[in-house]
Amino acid sequence: MKEPVIIFNDVSKSYPLYHHLTGGIKNFLFHLPRGINSLKNSRFEALRDISFEVCRGETFGIIGRNGAGKSTTLGLIAGVLKPSKGRVIVKGRISPLLELGAGFHHELTGKENIMLNGVLMGLTRAEVSRKMNEIIEFSELRDFVDQPIRTYSSGMLARLGFSIVAHLEPEILLIDEILAVGDMGFQKKCIDKMMGFKKSGVTMVFVSHSMEDIGRICDRVMWIENHTARMLGEPKAVIAGYTGNSQ
Amino acid sequence: MNLKIQHYIDLITVLTQKEIKVRYKNSFLGYLWSIGHPLAFAMVFFIAFKVVMRIQIEDYALFLIAGLFPWQWFSNSVNAASMVFLGNASIIKKVNFPRNLIPFTQVLQDMIHFILAIPVIVLFLFIYHKSPSLSWVYGIPALLAIQFLMTYGFCLTVSSTNLFFRDLERLAVIFTTLMFYFTPIIYPESMIPERYKYLVNINPLTPLMVSWRNLFLNGILDPLSLIISLTYSIFAFMIGYLIYRRLSWKFAEVL
Ligand SMILES: Nc1ncnc2c1ncn2[C@@H]1O[C@H](COP(=O)(O)OP(=O)(O)OP(=O)(O)O)[C@@H](O)[C@H]1O
Ligand SMILES: [Mg+2]
Repeated sequence: MKEPVIIFNDVSKSYPLYHHLTGGIKNFLFHLPRGINSLKNSRFEALRDISFEVCRGETFGIIGRNGAGKSTTLGLIAGVLKPSKGRVIVKGRISPLLELGAGFHHELTGKENIMLNGVLMGLTRAEVSRKMNEIIEFSELRDFVDQPIRTYSSGMLARLGFSIVAHLEPEILLIDEILAVGDMGFQKKCIDKMMGFKKSGVTMVFVSHSMEDIGRICDRVMWIENHTARMLGEPKAVIAGYTGNSQ
Repeated sequence: MNLKIQHYIDLITVLTQKEIKVRYKNSFLGYLWSIGHPLAFAMVFFIAFKVVMRIQIEDYALFLIAGLFPWQWFSNSVNAASMVFLGNASIIKKVNFPRNLIPFTQVLQDMIHFILAIPVIVLFLFIYHKSPSLSWVYGIPALLAIQFLMTYGFCLTVSSTNLFFRDLERLAVIFTTLMFYFTPIIYPESMIPERYKYLVNINPLTPLMVSWRNLFLNGILDPLSLIISLTYSIFAFMIGYLIYRRLSWKFAEVL
């Protein structure tokens, strides 16, 4: 129980401001000195010196205002972002980042997205095929799985996303704000599923603006403010601190 | 280790299926397209150079086709490369998997289209009373491997860099067009004026494209050209891979 599976060691993450670059080679060459300068200097610091550990089987909540750096933290855990300073260590199979809106492949059908995500997550095609029915059943999207997901509503996308990662036997589950758009029935189903995961020892990192959900599921909570961890500990205390601060 | 290879194969399969689905909606049309495009080009050049300008080359239609099909593979891949990461932004931002598999899949898919187009070349051989040669058995795989490596290298460079300089896409198109005319595809290397001859082999694609044509038309595989193109392709791959390695961890930041 006490073995840490996610370790952040004095992690800082700054984003370079690439606007000169995405302006294209032409812009870059015409404004060469400025371009090189901006390459070196203009960085935006999203996280500064964050350290924490998440143990196996723990449910870890992250709260904070918009733009605080919660999604950035999840990106670092998922390994799609690299820290600019410090070290991130993660042990175990990670689920794809579950986020709102940012869908899967919009031209592909629900079923094809299930396959794509499963294989990207590290399962074989045969394994995903075996789980296909279960996933569709859980999402309650049976009538829509053969349609391209660009036709889905945001709640339907969230359903599909959650159902996929929930059934692909993740060891570490990263959830960013996905329950908010599900209807009441599905939210309850998700919370139940997550409670089940807690029992079976899946590690979860859960980002949400719903203090109720955070309080109900999480074992520990971190509050990010001003790019650093302002508070970390018991859900009750951290939530109280955060809500007190926001008023 | 075996598991890892199996996983890579599965990843490539799924990515290829996805790509075919997204790009063509339907794979058979995709096949027709990959044949129709170079054939249309061949017709244009045939009319311009044979009918109008009366170029003195035997079996000019066959000559054109033997060079245009492999070229089409190269240029399709490189031109598509600028968009491959942008087109897969949603999965790159969510999951950490080897991103180079995306351009790899692109090149693989264009290679398969090229292989499927070889029967058209055979058809033209028969029309001109020639026939395939036994040397194809080893010649085609060897040239396929070399061209794959070379194209993959170029694609890695273009696809990685394009994320940071979004107008590279246009430059890639200009680049492939220029390269097309600098490579002896619509003309034989023997027609290049004497004082520019030494420039021919500076173009990394020349020995490769000339080898393809010689193999298809005459069943000849020149070992020297083979070695030169292999060297070029290793270089192209190494440069591409180094650039990819330097930039890949920033992909999720700029997408
Ligand atoms: N790719 C990027 N390039 C530059 N800046 C970025 C990038 N991604 C995020 N940022 C910046 O980093 C900061 C943290 O963003 P992040 O998405 O982590 O916030 P968040 O806590 O998830 O917010 P929200 O509650 O709105 O989801 C923001 O100020 C944002 O502008
Ligand atoms: Mg966020």
